[in-house]
Amino acid sequence: MNLLTLTIILPLLGVLGLVAVPKENTKAIKLLALASSVVTLISSLLMLTKYKFGVQGFQLVSSHSWFKVFNINYAVGIDGLALVLILLTTVLVPIVVVGGWNEAENGRWSVKTFYMLILILETFMVGVFAATDVFLFYVIFEAMLVPVYFLIGGYGRGERAAAALKFLLYSLFGGLLMLAAVIGLFVISIKQGHGTFDVTALSHLKISHNTQDWLFLGFFIAFAIKAPLFPFHTWLPGAAKSATPGTSILVLGVLDKVGTYGMIRFCIALFPEATKTFAPYIIVLSLISIIYGAFLAIGQKDLNSLIAFTSISHFGFIVLGIFAMTSQGLTGATLYMVNHGFSTAALFLVGGWMIERRKSTQVEDFGGLQRITPVMAWSFFIAGMSALALPGLSSFVSEFLVLVGTFTRYPLAAVIGTTGIVLAALYILLLVQRTLHGPLQAGNEDTPDLNWREKFALAPVIVALVLLGFYPKPAIHVINPATSQIMAAAQVTDPTPLAGK
Amino acid sequence: MRTSSHLVYLIALPLFSSAILLLLGRMADKWGHIFATLISASAFGVGVFEFMAMHSHTGANRAATQKLFEWISVGNLKVDASLLLDQLSICFVLLITGVGTLIHIYSIAYMDHDKDRRRFFAYLNFFIAAMLLLVLGNSYLNLYVGWEGVGLASYLLIGFWNHNQTYAVAAKKAFIANRIGDVGLSLAIMICFTQFGAVSFDGVKAGASHASPAALTAIGAMLLLAAAGKSAQFPLQSWLGDAMAGPTPVSALIHAATMVTAGVYLITRSNFIFDASSTARILVVTVGVITLLFGAIVGTAKDDIKKALAASTMSQIGYMILATGLGPVGYAFAIMHLLTHGFFKAGMFLGAGSVMHGMDDEINMRKYGGLAKLMPITAVTFGLGYLAILGVPPFAGFYSKDKIIETAFNQGGGKGIILGGAALLGAGITAFYMTRVVVLTFAGAKRWKDGSHPHESSVLMWGPMVVLAIGSIASGFLLSAGGALVNWLQPVVNASHAEGGKELMKPLVVSVLALGIVALGAGYAIIKYRTVPEVAPEKVSIFTKIARKDLYQDIFNDAVLVKPGTALTAGLVATDHHVIDGAVRLVGWVIGEVSDVLRKLQNGYVRSYALMMFVGVFIGALILWVVTA
Repeated sequence: MNLLTLTIILPLLGVLGLVAVPKENTKAIKLLALASSVVTLISSLLMLTKYKFGVQGFQLVSSHSWFKVFNINYAVGIDGLALVLILLTTVLVPIVVVGGWNEAENGRWSVKTFYMLILILETFMVGVFAATDVFLFYVIFEAMLVPVYFLIGGYGRGERAAAALKFLLYSLFGGLLMLAAVIGLFVISIKQGHGTFDVTALSHLKISHNTQDWLFLGFFIAFAIKAPLFPFHTWLPGAAKSATPGTSILVLGVLDKVGTYGMIRFCIALFPEATKTFAPYIIVLSLISIIYGAFLAIGQKDLNSLIAFTSISHFGFIVLGIFAMTSQGLTGATLYMVNHGFSTAALFLVGGWMIERRKSTQVEDFGGLQRITPVMAWSFFIAGMSALALPGLSSFVSEFLVLVGTFTRYPLAAVIGTTGIVLAALYILLLVQRTLHGPLQAGNEDTPDLNWREKFALAPVIVALVLLGFYPKPAIHVINPATSQIMAAAQVTDPTPLAGK
Repeated sequence: MRTSSHLVYLIALPLFSSAILLLLGRMADKWGHIFATLISASAFGVGVFEFMAMHSHTGANRAATQKLFEWISVGNLKVDASLLLDQLSICFVLLITGVGTLIHIYSIAYMDHDKDRRRFFAYLNFFIAAMLLLVLGNSYLNLYVGWEGVGLASYLLIGFWNHNQTYAVAAKKAFIANRIGDVGLSLAIMICFTQFGAVSFDGVKAGASHASPAALTAIGAMLLLAAAGKSAQFPLQSWLGDAMAGPTPVSALIHAATMVTAGVYLITRSNFIFDASSTARILVVTVGVITLLFGAIVGTAKDDIKKALAASTMSQIGYMILATGLGPVGYAFAIMHLLTHGFFKAGMFLGAGSVMHGMDDEINMRKYGGLAKLMPITAVTFGLGYLAILGVPPFAGFYSKDKIIETAFNQGGGKGIILGGAALLGAGITAFYMTRVVVLTFAGAKRWKDGSHPHESSVLMWGPMVVLAIGSIASGFLLSAGGALVNWLQPVVNASHAEGGKELMKPLVVSVLALGIVALGAGYAIIKYRTVPEVAPEKVSIFTKIARKDLYQDIFNDAVLVKPGTALTAGLVATDHHVIDGAVRLVGWVIGEVSDVLRKLQNGYVRSYALMMFVGVFIGALILWVVTA
């Protein structure tokens, strides 16, 4: 069987296995879920042995007819863009399982259901990045909402049901706009001779500028909600506030990347003319996101929604890089998606452990943790340094690439975006000072430091942050060909240096 | 240019040691400080070895590079992780590892009672590694990694006792001010790439000769902003005084001798930018002159011995920045003053630490007095540093500071008189506040309570002080004899010794003028502080009041940045909840009402989905109509 398809269905096999385990045996359930996600990880790593590096186009492709009437296929394949995001997914799922070992205990439903939902979600997440058939992509894009809805609504805290519903309705609305655009594309392909949903074939259609604008918006709004981009972001803080840390990691670390991934894969590649029309406006929105998200992060009192707002700022950077339409911007944005996945995972993991110990999500309830839980404090600090893109950690490379790539085409936008690095220092260092420094706050006296399970879950994330900071070459090497291909499809080239050599 | 395979050890050794000490944790408590000190000494050894290697080569082969690996390569942007050791960087390598090792030794005793001494040494080693990367990086982007690395080290060390809220806030303030500067460095790099398609020193240098004046001025201004953040220059100076919250050896190493001088390095390294833009040079000298006077004035009113020295550091770096804006020959004098200052100011900070150590961590000079008899070695070594900073011949500052004043006057015209005059005035104020520090601390009657027992520190502490004092005596002469440093740096900054040539002011005249004004300042301080009240008098001149308030820097920043920022944050939080999310909730409410109506037509809990499907089909039909129209 095709390794890519195998990676997609392996988590589902885990779900089948879970069905057989009795509800009460939670330990076996957790171990089986972990084993399943590790096998999936191995399978995804094996793809690297078949993958031809430095080559453009989809690889490990596989296609089976699904609805013959409409020429809808189960068609999958990966290029550099999809590969790095799939690896991000398969690496993060086992970490989430180990890191959030006890987070399903207080749910509305059983622990078993929780892990079945996580594994179903993993299949969808890998599948959505692998889909090369636009209709298949749409179906998975919508289907993903279901497990997330139940994960937030059934296992979170506080007003979890309301938060889950808001997430669902918001996403459904975006999805419907995309569905309309997908149908529109299909109609156009029929009129030009051959009805298809194949993304490569669709990119060769001749679409009038006006029509492109409409279809572009259909996709873009769906992706902007998912990403989330200002002003479509208001579902995120509530969801992050209510979800378990593991769910938040998967939602912000991976699921939201489907939005920014879609902007590259569909908005730019299929509608180059419309991209040029809308790019300046989208850049303005991304700049607002960067600065607005940062200020709101500074103003948050709840630890989880604070992290969520830092992500809104970071997604602003990703979108900025994408629509700067330069090779540095696009490669930087793609790398940013990966790095942000790890960096947010670290923040939510350690933040989640802090909340679990203190039994409070309010920043003001912490204070002075550095003295009594040095390992946890250091972990949180490193996660924070990664969020403010400290050189030497991976997020620096991507943030710099995004900014320099933007500067070559839109200098003013880059200058405004660069102020984000001061604001990032503010929201992180204020948080660090309030939670870790100062005298020990009452209520934190007996806080235990990280245990071995937690250290074990976090270690790979920190290794990834450091390794990709010093040696990002392997990732960049994988992403670069995809970037060149997108640039060629969009018929843009990098600006040339102004002063002579 | 040679290639070398040893440069990486300079950085790898202390970085490795730092990681070991942090990862082993308490297991390394027993030997961590010794290990870190040995590592720092061995980095100094590598530095000396490399210096010898440079000496054995001539011409272009003096400088050496080492490519480590390809770091970032996207489109035109190709950046290697690569190191460059040339005549400029070796000066810093020897200063950082040399003074660094002395301060490691000193800290063994100074931090003896702290249960986190190992962690302190881990941070010190990390600082050494980052600072070496800053001066060895072979491109602006490599430099940037070290640049933020030292910022992190500085943050960690200022906040070393961060369970004290004030210290934690001071650390954060330093990081934020530095980050504002870092925006400058980032933008400079972006402009360089956009203009020249390169971020390496060579690439930018090659491009600079074709660049437009506007681009060069923009790059220069952004580099200056970066330098202002790191080197506590106007208008980003406010963090340095608070940074004295860190343990005193840190103040000596990071906030006097090395990290805060990184801005001078950056401008000197970018000489090809500043040489080509007279506007950028004007900005540089303006910042330098303002800061050298600003720091000196603040220094006159401080009772905290460390804050007085910090104000002095700011002022002395102002001299260096001024020098870098004075054209090619100025760079060499800036570096010379940087090196001599590294000796005498680090020495005086260690002296201050020694005094604090003997006085139960008392920092208020009004509670010192008459310590010379009880701490003779500290008093003498501090005194030698004092003579050096005043510029009394033949001590180190005489050679370096007078050259800057002379070069400033030699700019000619009104500019020369303003710059030279300000530098001369600064020297007088320096003499006043430094004399004040010495008189308050070491001379006069004792003002401390009988409970404290001032005593001379151990040899681990006074040993490094003696070595630095020797540097305060001899370094100026050695660096300037026969134009040694100027000639040595010539390949980097393109300055010939003769170029200071338009001698509008004879060196002798400058020296006599400077000595005269120094004598005035010092004499005034001696007369004024014959008796010292233990509590700072309330009835003082308006100038003293302003100086005590640091020229209102914090009040200004608070009113212009902090208060509006806080208000903006609160406003945006409210906007997000009421306006943006409010609009979303309104839409949700409308849909809810509509679905209530529709619900009556249907049975079943999937009503929301159904409504959505309905809306979806409608929009789908609409789109079909649009694309087929």
